[in-house]
Formats: sequence, structure tokens, C-alpha cells
Amino acid sequence: MGILVHEDFRFIVQGITGREALNFTRECLNYGSKIIGGVTPGRGGREVYGVKVYDTVREITEQTRVDGSVITVPYQFAPDAAFEAIEAGIKEIIIITEGIQRKSAVEIIEFARQHGARVIGPNCLGVITPGVCRFGSLGGPADDCKRAFGAGCVGVMSRSGGMTTEISNALTLSGLGISTSVSIGGDPVVGSSYSDLMPLFEADEQTKAVVIYSEPGGPMEAQLAQWSKDNNSRLPIVAFVSGRFMDDMPGVSFGHAGTVVHRKVDSPAEKIRAMRAAGIAVADEIGDIPKLVKERIEAKGG
Amino acid sequence: MRFYEYESKKILAKYGIPFPKGGVAKTAEEAKNLAADLGGKVVVKAMVLTSSLTDRGTVREANGPDEAAKATEELLALKVGALTPVSVLVEEQVEVERELALQVTYDGVAKLPVMIASDVPRKNLDDVADDTPDRVKRRHFSTLHPMRAQTFRCKELVRSLGLGGSDLNRMTQVVSKLADAMLEYDLTVAEINALGQTKDGKFIALDVNMDMEEEGRFRQGALLEEFGIPMTETRGVRGEPTPMEREAQAIDADDPRGLISPFVEFDGNMGLVIGAGGGSLTIFDAVTRHGGKPANYAAIGGNPSVKKAQRLAKLVLSKEGVDKIAVMSNVVSNTRADLVARGVIKGVLELGLEPKEVITIFRCPGAWEADAFKILEKYGVDYCDRSVSLSEAAKRAVAKVQG
Repeated sequence: MGILVHEDFRFIVQGITGREALNFTRECLNYGSKIIGGVTPGRGGREVYGVKVYDTVREITEQTRVDGSVITVPYQFAPDAAFEAIEAGIKEIIIITEGIQRKSAVEIIEFARQHGARVIGPNCLGVITPGVCRFGSLGGPADDCKRAFGAGCVGVMSRSGGMTTEISNALTLSGLGISTSVSIGGDPVVGSSYSDLMPLFEADEQTKAVVIYSEPGGPMEAQLAQWSKDNNSRLPIVAFVSGRFMDDMPGVSFGHAGTVVHRKVDSPAEKIRAMRAAGIAVADEIGDIPKLVKERIEAKGG
Repeated sequence: MRFYEYESKKILAKYGIPFPKGGVAKTAEEAKNLAADLGGKVVVKAMVLTSSLTDRGTVREANGPDEAAKATEELLALKVGALTPVSVLVEEQVEVERELALQVTYDGVAKLPVMIASDVPRKNLDDVADDTPDRVKRRHFSTLHPMRAQTFRCKELVRSLGLGGSDLNRMTQVVSKLADAMLEYDLTVAEINALGQTKDGKFIALDVNMDMEEEGRFRQGALLEEFGIPMTETRGVRGEPTPMEREAQAIDADDPRGLISPFVEFDGNMGLVIGAGGGSLTIFDAVTRHGGKPANYAAIGGNPSVKKAQRLAKLVLSKEGVDKIAVMSNVVSNTRADLVARGVIKGVLELGLEPKEVITIFRCPGAWEADAFKILEKYGVDYCDRSVSLSEAAKRAVAKVQG
């Protein structure tokens, strides 16, 4: 079953005529996803791999049901594109665009909250429920994507798009497989954090454990630790915290915009401490993740 | 990027938030003149960027021009981490009845901007909140409404701190203006760490601290120009970039596709041609964990060209004491492993070196890996596929460097 998407999940791509969007639209279609339209203002009437292009989102939502939208427009236009999708009634919004200013990201998330919509990202790659739906650019070419993401019982949430694939691939090779993998985004403020999505995994019968990939910066891991303490979850959580070397380098940013240690809560050491105190298994080595997941599932009697 | 306090105060000036009279001095002589103009007691503050958002180096009080000159000499000779102060801020000393603290920032959990006030000034507010939670008040606000439609939220915050009467109205104005400044100038934090109140009831910003998001550089060109900050000024807490780091920036400037930045030089002897945001963090940790000493950090990603991989390999190998490199990434979606393999081998050959000796491991799994493997086999370079974890690959590479 998985989370967020389903067999008949129908989505559109905003900014569909952009270079990256063309690539992942083709690969999503190859994967079997239902892309029912695309939007690029001024390009209405064209077609992209058989997908009709419109000038506005409403031209699509007025004629058919749309469950989700993938937004890949340049950062200056991203808030407007997101507002357009949300106001047209679309409930699952993925924002791939990088470099959106913090204020704009918060505007989008606030607006979505007021309209009962969910935002994944910004600066993410999207969602895959193996064999069911690929929603976004996660995983690259369709064949490669099928290889790295095999169906199974582990939910994955990652602040890095590349590491979503890396970890999903390792879980697939280990025989555990993936229920749903979510690239949640590398920005300091993202629409859906680990603990926002935990209840969805909790309600998904297919999911038996959750793996998170985390980075320095931000309160998201402390929030997950708190969630874990407050909710008697049936799901074991295994975390990996990268950038431990940054503990000794406060104030320096590496990689994603979100990775900078200013406050105590930002540091890998503090994240690991808080999560372990909440009963979350933290892998010291990236390669240990599948083994730890198996141990934790067995310990829970799964 | 961090602003110096005198810059932060220029932003306050745009909003009419008062702060002490003063100026910036680069020498003891300039400080002496400033102090003479100001008259009376002055405060001399070292202008230096530190890693902490609030603990910002050293402040001296001086009674008159001579003491100000002496304080300046001492402050400019300070070593704060990798940096020395670029100048001092000389300000009149303002008599205040009490001091408060005020901050606006983003709350990543609530996903909203938040204003925070405390009656404990000149401290790290996070620490104050940990130690005495009841002395720190918070109020979230909205990015969707202009401040004029949510001044009541500022008022509620100020009220929760116990202020009433004209104090309440005056401080509400300060909070609302500071929040406006944060939203307008892409600030991640705007803080008046010491908000003084004078005998006549007026508020004055004594100690100010602001940080702008790095992405803001391109949108805030006008402000940076006004401040005289060139686009290339990195404002890193590590100090000026090394020649090697500058060369990496130049490589990215020549061909922005497949950025290798952030490129950071380290003390070790193991060159890292490593890829992608999260992958690089993970690989660096794995190398360190297995006893390796990285010579650099890099984050090559987004499908680099052959030339880019070639230049990065050469750059890393140009560092003294580095004769081996590891070429690694997470499972990639868009990056072509064959181009990376070709580029790295080309770079090594151009230096007159033997690829199989220099490249300790090649691990870049993805759609084009089969083509990469053919090239690597031709040169006898050790490689592995996705069945070998990043930890295991790092371990193998470190073992070869240590011989």
C-alpha cells in the first residue's frame, strides 16, 4: 500500500517544459505513473511525451481529478505556482525547486496548511512506492529506479535526494525492500518533516520499520525524538546522521542549505543523543542500516 | 551570511529603531577621533564573525579618546578562531534603566516565523530558554499577512513579558519593525540581544546581530552594494579561502554544470573526489571513521562533465602530500559515472601518474556504471558496484592510503 500515493494516483507537472522536467516526466511515464497534464504559461496546447500542456492548473482540475502536482519552476516563480496548485484544490504538492527563499517556503507551507494540502520539499526529489507510483524525479531513469527501489516493508525519509536512493537501494539488496521512500528536502524549512509523515507510515500495514537519513542543522531530529517519546509507535525507527565531522566546525555550511550548525540542537552529536534517548536506533555506519532494521523488526516480533 | 554589527544597525536605521551614536574605526587613531567626537564614555566592540550567532567577541568600555585608542589596539590584535577583527565599532555609552532581549527567526518545527522576547539580555537565548523557560516568551506570526495586519501578535508577545502602559506600545513597535526587517531582507535571524530602555522610557538597540540566508545574496544585491560587500566576499567563519579552495571556485565558475562546491581544504593526505550533497557528508564521515585523513571536502554532483572531473582530480592531487584519491558517490540518478571515470583517469594521466596506483577505489553506482567499469578495467583501477556499501568502500580506500 505505502503512503502518500496509490495505484490510481494522478498528478501534473508544473514547469513541464523545463529540461529536468522533460527528463523525469519521461521516466515517470516509463515507470507507469499517471501524469495527466503539465503546465507552462505560454506553452498551452503543446504535448510532452503525450502529456498535454496547459497554461493554467485550473484548465486541468476543472475537467478531471488531480491528486498531486510536481513543481519544478525556477525559484522566483515557485510560490505562485504552488499557490495556483493549492487554490485549484490539489492536495499533495512536491516542490523540487532549489534555492527558494525561506520566507517563500514558509508562505507556501502556511497557505497549504490553510487549504488542507500537504507540501513535500522544497529542494527534494519526490516520492516512490515501488511498483505503484513514482511521484517526482527520485531515482533517475525508470529502469535504474526499479533496480534501486524494490517493494518491501521499510519506509524511508531522507533530507538528501541522493541518499534516499542510496539507502533504498541497500534496503532492497538486503531483501527488506521499500514500502514508500520520501525525499523530504534539504532546505532549513520543509513542508513535511519526519514526524509529520510518521503517522502515515504508522497507519500503513505494509510498513514494518522506518529509516531516516539526517544531516546537521535544524530541529527536525529532536522533533522526531519527541514524537517517538509521545507516541507508542509500533514501528522501529533506524536513523543515520551524516556530517558528524561538522560537530567541530560550527557556523560552516556543507551541501544543502539546511546543513549548518549554529544552535545546540543543530549538531549531529546532539541529534544522535536525543534520538537514542528516545529509543531510536542510530547507525554508526551507513552500511549497518539494513542489519539494524532487521534486528529491530525481529525485536518487535515482526 | 553574517553581518557585522555596524551593518546590522544600518538595517535597523531603515526601520527607525534607535541605536547608540557611533562609527567604525580601522585603526587606534580613527577610534580616538571617533571617541573625541562622541565625548564621554564609549563602548569599543571588535567586529569579527564568530560561529555563534550571539557570542560575538569582545567589548571594552573606554573613558575618553586615549582609552578608546588603547582598547582598539588590543581588540584589533585579537585572534578569534581563524579570524582577527576587521575593525571596531565605537559607540557612545548609553545609560539605561534595564535591558531586555528580542529575536525574530524561523521555527523549523512550526514552519513559521517566530518572535522571541526575554528579560535576560546579552545571553544566548537558546541557553536561557533551556535554563529558565519561563523567562523566554514566544509568539509565532505569519508570512502571508503584512505586519500592519498582525501587530497584535507583537503586542501579545510584549504583554506576555509583563510590559504595560506606554512601555507596551513602544516595545510593540520595535518588535514589529524587527519582524518586518527580517522578512524584507531574507534574514534567518534578527536579534537585539540587548534592548535597553532609557530613563525617559525609550527603547534603544545596544547589541544587534543579523544573519542573511546565503541564497539572499542574489536577491539582496542593492543592500550588499549599499554596504560595499562584493558578491565574492564569502564571510566564512573559517577565514579567507585557501588558494586551493579558490581554484575550486574558479573551476565551478568556468562551467557551473556539475558543481564541485562546497570545496574545503583539510589537513589530511587522502584526496576525495566525492559526490552529491548527502553522499559527500556520509563519505567524509566514513573515511574519517576508518582512520582516513581527508585532504579535502568536495560535493561533485548534477552530472559533471569529463573536464570537470578531470580538473577536480588534478586539483586534489596538486596538494602536497596527497598521492592517492578515492572517487566515490552515493547511487546516482543523473550523474554519468562513465564521464566521471573518464575525467578522473584523464586528470591522473596528465599528471604523469598511474591510475591504478593513485585511485584507491571507484564507487559511483548508477545507470551508466557498466560503461564506467569498462574504462576502469582498461586501466586496472579498483572499483565496486552498489552491493558494496559506502562504509565498506571507504574502508578499502583508507587501507590502501595507509599502505
